[in-house]
Amino acid sequence: MWEYSDKVREHFFNPRNSGPLDGANAVGDVGSIQCGDALRLMLKVDPQSGVIEDAHFQTFGCGSAIASSSALTEIIKGMTVDQALTVSNQDIADYLDGLPPEKMHCSVMGREALQAAVANYRGETWSDEHEEGALVCKCFAVDAVLIEDVIKANNLNTVEEVTFYTKAGGGCTACHEGVEEILAKVKAARAGPGEVSPPPACPATPAAPRPPAARMPLVQKIRRIEEVLEAVRPMLQRDHGDVELADVQGRKIYVHLKGACAGCMMEAATLGGIQQKMIEALGELVQVLPAALMPAEA
Amino acid sequence: MDLTPIYLDNNATTRVDPAVVAAMLPFFTEHFGNASSIHAFGASVGRALKQARGQVQALLGAEHDSEIIFTSCGTEADSTAILSALKAQPERNTVITTAVEHPAILSLCEWLEKEGYVVHKLRVDRKGQLDLDEYRALLHDRVAIVSAMWANNETGTLFPVEEMAEIAAARGIMFHTDAVQALGKVPVDLKRTKIDMLSLSGHKLHAPKGIGALYLRRGCRFRPLLRGGHQERGRRAGTENSAAIVGLGKACELAQAQLATGNSVVRRLRDKLEAGILARVGHAFPTGDVGNRLPNTCNIAFEYIEGEAILLLLNKLGIAASSGSACTSGSLEPSHVMRAMGIPYTAAHGTIRFSLSRDTSEAEVDRVIAAVPPIVERLRNLSPYWNGQGPATPEQPFAPSYA
Repeated sequence: MWEYSDKVREHFFNPRNSGPLDGANAVGDVGSIQCGDALRLMLKVDPQSGVIEDAHFQTFGCGSAIASSSALTEIIKGMTVDQALTVSNQDIADYLDGLPPEKMHCSVMGREALQAAVANYRGETWSDEHEEGALVCKCFAVDAVLIEDVIKANNLNTVEEVTFYTKAGGGCTACHEGVEEILAKVKAARAGPGEVSPPPACPATPAAPRPPAARMPLVQKIRRIEEVLEAVRPMLQRDHGDVELADVQGRKIYVHLKGACAGCMMEAATLGGIQQKMIEALGELVQVLPAALMPAEA
Repeated sequence: MDLTPIYLDNNATTRVDPAVVAAMLPFFTEHFGNASSIHAFGASVGRALKQARGQVQALLGAEHDSEIIFTSCGTEADSTAILSALKAQPERNTVITTAVEHPAILSLCEWLEKEGYVVHKLRVDRKGQLDLDEYRALLHDRVAIVSAMWANNETGTLFPVEEMAEIAAARGIMFHTDAVQALGKVPVDLKRTKIDMLSLSGHKLHAPKGIGALYLRRGCRFRPLLRGGHQERGRRAGTENSAAIVGLGKACELAQAQLATGNSVVRRLRDKLEAGILARVGHAFPTGDVGNRLPNTCNIAFEYIEGEAILLLLNKLGIAASSGSACTSGSLEPSHVMRAMGIPYTAAHGTIRFSLSRDTSEAEVDRVIAAVPPIVERLRNLSPYWNGQGPATPEQPFAPSYA
């Protein structure tokens, strides 16, 4: 069974704001009956101020779907419609002290119901473009549809590339077989019938780094390092984390991992990924280390 | 309120019978020897394995005890059977199975398809039954093996495997059955059938986890899955899990003695449970072939609500059951068995399986009958598909924009 947080359990066993809402002037119905979730969100919005005075829900779904709906109504009550639209599915999950990766789509549904309800209030039509596939990477909750889309959009060929773009496969690595299958499928479609070639397997050993280039001036090197950090930053920020350069000592690059990245169990994988980028950008073998390992000033 | 745990998930796994534990214990301590050794430590274990093999043979009604190959679990027995049939008959490339098999068979078959083999999955009707004419029409000279489960793990529906084995044998095709759920619940007498291979699992019949067996009819061509030592006559290498094998033997002996109990006492309790719930809850129906199923299994679809939510509320009252809902598996689709039977999504997600055992008491059944209706009512009051006393009406339907 799932490891639900106490907060999820509490909101499931004692849901807030459940049932029909009299006088609702914004209703959003969303769901995917295939995956067993459907949600009706009902809001009472003050037409003058745009403030959500009351919010109710009805949910067909599992424990976390009901808890996510309950949490959403609590979060948005008292907000203006515009404020409510900034609530992300991560906010819903955070309010519940986290959801199991398999259950993150329950919080997505809450956000979609909110968008649908606001569209209904404003007399607009809302259409759902979100398509969901089977969960492939359980460490980072990445599904097959997302992986396939990203492979197609970026013309990816290896598991490593998929990991860099989507994070899928960057944790326990158990899903690499699944990722390779999606790569093979996209490649087969790309190649057209009759010329299918097997996907390149994840290399057992990373390609040898290029021979060191001529020594780069320190200023230029630090600028490159900053560029690499700048490039990975959005990915970390998506998970409420961040990174900052602490110092460069020869081949050792010390960084501060901040926010959710600090003390994250994936720290080593994160640093490893950054290190790979650094090696590529600098053309020399460098080590990326947490600032905590920086030797004390002599 | 009485919150003593009630375990109605015996198709998932069973409690190890205390008599089985007692039979096993000496094999961890004084009889720790390796059955292959020549000395006295080994010999006593060898004798115990022989006795256990005989006990399994008796429950299966196998002609010879050498037809029993101990494995680590039912899944291993399934893989061994199907891969053996393909390896031993390289001129045959087709596997016939059913759409409602356990993942131990279906996942293997999906992988075989990727490897270039041909797999036919027999469809089932609304009651979960096969069309034997479709089956007959699919048999041809390139079929290596037919694999059909004896009893379905979700609904308990029984397949006519003895008849299917006859049909396959007449065409010279090997027949395997996954009898993991059936064994110990329905009478089995393999020597009177044409079944070539049968998988069983210890933990479904009050033996421990980690032990299973493959029945292999004498004369059936075979290729081992694990090669190495000479154990199991070279058909399954690896030092015997002697304590667990002894436990499985004892469990088979007990199962044979209790077969009649299962078909009378357990069946009556199951019927009472099902009738009791259906009498108190509307918009609910039993799934599967109700007139032809395991005596311990009842699977009820509660419309307009979701299974995991039901299980969490049951669990709060100490009641353990399971569900075919997508959310309990982490997949996005509800149970493949419910989908194969054409159960609508709004009902498939709300299926709950209650599986009883000889440990189940009348008082427990009464408590479950009382517990279920308020849970269903509570969740329906939360459901957008439900409107007061019944499903949302056609005038006010709930039709969300689906992803």
